[in-house]
Amino acid sequence: MYDVTIIGAGVVGTAIARELAKYDLKTVLVDKENDVSNGTTKANSAIVHAGFDCKPNTEKAKMNVRGNEMYEQMCKDLDVPFKKIGSFVVAFDEDDLTTLDKLKKQGEINGVPGLKILSKEEVEKREPNLSKDVIGALYAPSAGIVGSYELAIALAENAADNGVNILLNSPVTNIDKTAEGFQITAGKETLVSHFVINCAGVYADKINNFVNKPTFEILPFIGEYNLFDKSTGDFLNTIVFQAPSSKGKGVVSLPTVEGNFLIGPTSEGPKQPNDLKTSRNGLQELREKGAKVVPNFPFHKVITSFAGLRAKVAHNDFIIEESETANFINVAAIDSPGLTAAPAIAEKVMEMLKDKLVDLQANMTFVPTRRPVTRFMESSNEMKAELIGKDHRYGRVICRCENITEAEIVDMIHRHAGATTVDGVKRRIRAGAGRCQGGFCAPRVMEILARERNVDVLSIVKDKQDSYILTGETKATTVEFV
Amino acid sequence: MSVTELICITCPIGCHLEVEKVINDDNETVSYIVRGNTCKRGEKYGIEEMTAPTRMVTSTVKVDGAHLSRIPVKTSKPIPKESIFECMKVINDVKIHAPVTCGDVIIENFLGLDINIIASRSMKKRTKVTETVNV
Amino acid sequence: MNYDLVIIGGGPAGLAAAIEARENGVESILVLERDRELGGILQQCIHNGFGLHRFKEELTGPEYAERFIMKLHELSIAFKLDTMVLDITEEKLVSAVNTVDGFFQIQAKAVVLAMGCLERTRGAINIPGTRAAGVYTAGTAQRFVNMEGYMVGKDVVIVGSGDIGLVMARRMTLEGANVHAVVELMPYSGGLARNIVQCLNDFDIPLLLSHTVTEVRGESRVEEVVIAKVDEQNRPIEGTEQVITCDTLLLSVGLIPENELSKKASVEINPLTGGPVVNESMETSVPGIFACGNVVHVHDLVDWVTEESCRAGKHAALYIQDKLVKNDDPMVTKAENGVRYIVPHHVQTDNLVDKLTLMFRVDSVYENVRIVIKNNEEKIKSIKKRHLVPAEMESVHLKTRDIEKLQAGTLSVSLELEEVVQ
Repeated sequence: MYDVTIIGAGVVGTAIARELAKYDLKTVLVDKENDVSNGTTKANSAIVHAGFDCKPNTEKAKMNVRGNEMYEQMCKDLDVPFKKIGSFVVAFDEDDLTTLDKLKKQGEINGVPGLKILSKEEVEKREPNLSKDVIGALYAPSAGIVGSYELAIALAENAADNGVNILLNSPVTNIDKTAEGFQITAGKETLVSHFVINCAGVYADKINNFVNKPTFEILPFIGEYNLFDKSTGDFLNTIVFQAPSSKGKGVVSLPTVEGNFLIGPTSEGPKQPNDLKTSRNGLQELREKGAKVVPNFPFHKVITSFAGLRAKVAHNDFIIEESETANFINVAAIDSPGLTAAPAIAEKVMEMLKDKLVDLQANMTFVPTRRPVTRFMESSNEMKAELIGKDHRYGRVICRCENITEAEIVDMIHRHAGATTVDGVKRRIRAGAGRCQGGFCAPRVMEILARERNVDVLSIVKDKQDSYILTGETKATTVEFV
Repeated sequence: MSVTELICITCPIGCHLEVEKVINDDNETVSYIVRGNTCKRGEKYGIEEMTAPTRMVTSTVKVDGAHLSRIPVKTSKPIPKESIFECMKVINDVKIHAPVTCGDVIIENFLGLDINIIASRSMKKRTKVTETVNV
Repeated sequence: MNYDLVIIGGGPAGLAAAIEARENGVESILVLERDRELGGILQQCIHNGFGLHRFKEELTGPEYAERFIMKLHELSIAFKLDTMVLDITEEKLVSAVNTVDGFFQIQAKAVVLAMGCLERTRGAINIPGTRAAGVYTAGTAQRFVNMEGYMVGKDVVIVGSGDIGLVMARRMTLEGANVHAVVELMPYSGGLARNIVQCLNDFDIPLLLSHTVTEVRGESRVEEVVIAKVDEQNRPIEGTEQVITCDTLLLSVGLIPENELSKKASVEINPLTGGPVVNESMETSVPGIFACGNVVHVHDLVDWVTEESCRAGKHAALYIQDKLVKNDDPMVTKAENGVRYIVPHHVQTDNLVDKLTLMFRVDSVYENVRIVIKNNEEKIKSIKKRHLVPAEMESVHLKTRDIEKLQAGTLSVSLELEEVVQ
C-alpha cells in the first residue's frame, strides 16, 4: 500500500517525487517508458524562463517566477548543469518595440527581476552575431539554460536515493476508486494507493478519465528543433527570442548548457500523443525563421533534429488541482514554461498534500544532494591523473567526440534510476551526443551496458522498449571445425 | 550476332566493355570479340563474364578465443558466380580457434572447386589482460 | 615523456607515416591509437580491392593493414593502443590518457596528425521522420556485421551510393538480409562502377539515382521509409513518393575529416576539404605538425593514403633532422574550372624529392576533357581524360624536369572541357 502514486516520470513527476521524499511518505513513481524523462522532458528548449511571457495571475505566471527562483539551488544540490545566461526578446520594427514594452510591464507585474529594454547599440555589443536589423531587445537576466533531461534524471535519482520507488515499463491501463483510495493497474503490477498524482503529460487526460469526467482535453502540439555542432556553441551568449507579432511567433536561438547550439521550436497541432516526428516543412521553417535572427549562422553544422510534444489545453494555463474524485490530483497541461515551473509545482502539490495529511512527519534521513557526477574532461590534468589512478576505467575514452570515459558510463548505469539503454547513457553522460552521433561508440556502449547489467547485448535497445538495435548474430548455424 | 554491354570489374577503372558473340551457321558460339577494354585483363574478363563468370567472396567465420568473435576470410581465387550462396553456407557453418595467421587455410578445396577459404587477417589468442598494450 | 615524432592514429595513414619516418632515420617514434588494435577502419573493410597500386595485387582491408602492422613490429616502432589524445599544443605537447599510463604528456619534436574521418549522420542530411532505432551509418553497420558479428537488420534500404554503401549492400545480402534499394540523390553514383556491378547488379539490387529518402516511419524501430524522386535542385518531387517496408536504413552519405585535435593545435583548416591546409611535405600551417590521410581530405583508395602518408613521414623526418627548407614565399595551388580542391595547398619546390603530386577532385561528371596544369597562366602540362567523376580522386605528377621550370606564384589545375555529362 502506497501513500502516493505519481503517474509520469517527466520533470514534473520527478520533481514531485523528490519533494515528497522529504516527508515520511511511501511513494511510487510510475512510467510507461523504460526510462525516466522519456516524454516531453527529453525534447524541449531546455530554457529556464524569466516569466514575463505569462499572463499575470495565471498559474503559469506564479509557478514560472517561483520556479525560476528555485533553480539555482536545486541544480547545485543535484549537480545538474545550469547557467543563468539571460534572455533577449529582439525587435525588428516599431510594433515589436511596443510588444517589448508590454512584455516588460507584464513581467514586472509577475515579479520578474531586472527586466530592461536595451538599445540597438547595447544589443549589438552583447550579441555581435545577431541580425543587423534588430533595433532593440528586452533583456531578462534571470533566464537560464539547463540540461532538461539531466535534471529529471537527477530528480528521479535523488528521489530514489531517499526512498521513492520507481516503476518503469508500466503503462497505467486502469484506475479504480476503492474505499481506501485507488487501485492502479500499471503494467504487470497492481498498485494500491491513498493518493494519485497525475503528471502523465500528453496522456494526462486519459489518466484523468479513468476516475473522473473528462474535464479537460490535452492538445498535443509538436515542436521541431535543430541541434548544431559544438563549434557553433558560442555563436550567441544569450537566449534570443523573437518578439511575437501578428505574423506569428518566431523561433528561439540559444546556446545549450552542454555547449551546442539549438534553434526551435516550430509549433503544429493538435497531434496524436505518439505522433513524434520531424517533417521537411518544419525543418525548412526552422531555417527560415532562424536566419531572420542569426543570418550568418552555419546551418550546415546541424548534427541532429528532433521533435517534442507539448501538452496544451484550450484555456492555456496549467491545471494543478484536486479532481472531482478526492485525493486524485491533476498536474496537467504543463506546456511551456513547465520545465521552469517544475520545482514550484512540486512545492505546491506538497502543500496540497500537507493540507490533507495533518500528522505528516518530515523524512529525517532526507539528503538533498546527489552523489556528484564526475565529468572527466572538465577535470584538471592533475585530477584526471588522480581519477585514473583510482579507477583505471577513467583512462578509457569510449565516446570520442565528447571524450566520455568508461568509468563515467558505468557510474551512470549503476545509479538509482540508472541508464539501461543506449540513449539513456547518452542523456545522462553525453556518450553518443557529439558530432558522430554514436557512430563509433554505440557498439562499445552496448557492450558496457550488457556487461554491467549482465544481459545479452542483443537485448540492448536504443531508447523505447522495442527499439532493438541488433537483429541477431551473423552466421546462424555452426558446426565445430578443428 | 549479339552484343552485351558490361563494366569490367577487374580493377577500379571500370572500363565499359562491349562483348560480341560470334556464332557460326549452326548457331553455335565460336568466339567473342571484346571492345572498350584498355588492358588484356579486360578482354579476359569480358569473355569469362559471358562464359563462366566468377567472383571473389569475402566474408567472416566464427572464431573462438580471440578479442573478436568473427575473423575475416576470403576465397583463394574467384569462384563461379552461381556458387556464391553455396559458398556462404559452407563459411557460415565453420568455427575456428585463435590463434590464426593471415593466409591460414580455413576450408580446403571446398565444394570440390580446388579453391580454399583462407583467413584474411591474423588474430592472437586472447590473453586474460586485454588492457592497453604498450610496445 | 619525450619522443622525436608522435603520430596520432594507427590506421593506414599513421602506420605508413611511422614506417617511412623510421626508414628515414627517426629512431624515437610513438604511435597513439584510440582503438583496441592497429589498422584503423581497414580492419572492418573485409572486402577486396585494396593495394592494386601499392602492391600490384588485390588485398582485403585487413590484409592491407596487416602488411603495415607487421612492418611496424619488424621496425620495433613503439605504439600505445586504447589511448586517447585529448590535446595537442602548437608547441607539440601531446596530452593523452589510457588505462595503464593514466594521464600523460609527451613533448614531441614533430607530430603527424592521422586521425582519419567520421561519417556524416542522419542529422547532417536532415532526413525527417521519427527517431526510431534501425538507422545506422554504413560504417557503424559494417563494424557490427564484420567485426562484432551482429546483424543490424533484415530488410534494408541504403541511402547514398558511395562505396561503403555499395559494399554493405552485398555484405548484408550475403549474410541473409534483403536489400531493397540503394537510393542516390545525385544523377550519378558516388561509388566505383565495379562495385555497382558486383555489389548491386549481381544480386539484383536496384540503384535509384536522383532519389532521396523523405521520411523515416516507425515508433520504436524503423518500419517503413518513404523515398521520392528529386528535381534538379535535389528537392523531392511531389507525387513520386514510394513507401518501402523495411527495418533498417543505412546511410552512406559522405565522410568528414576529424580535426578537433588539429584545431586545438591552431592548425589552419581548409573549408573545402575540411582538413588542414598542407604544403608539398604534408606539413600544416604549424611548423613541425604534419597531416596525412583522411584527416586532410577524404580518399577513396587507401593506396593514395599510403603514398601521401609516406610523404608526411619522410618530411617529418627531414624536419626533425633540420633538413626541411622553409620558404617564406611558397607557390600557391589554385583549383580552377571544374576542379573542386587541390592538395597540397602550398608548394616549396626545394623540398620536392623526385616529383610533385597534386591530388584533386572534380566538381561534376566529365567526359573527354583535358586536365591542364598552369604555372602563372603558363600551361606546363595537359593530360587527356576520358572519364572524370567527383567520386574518384585524381592526381597528376610533375617530374623533376617540370618542377625545375616552375616559377614562384600560382600553380593551377583546371579542366578544358569538350562536353559535360549530367
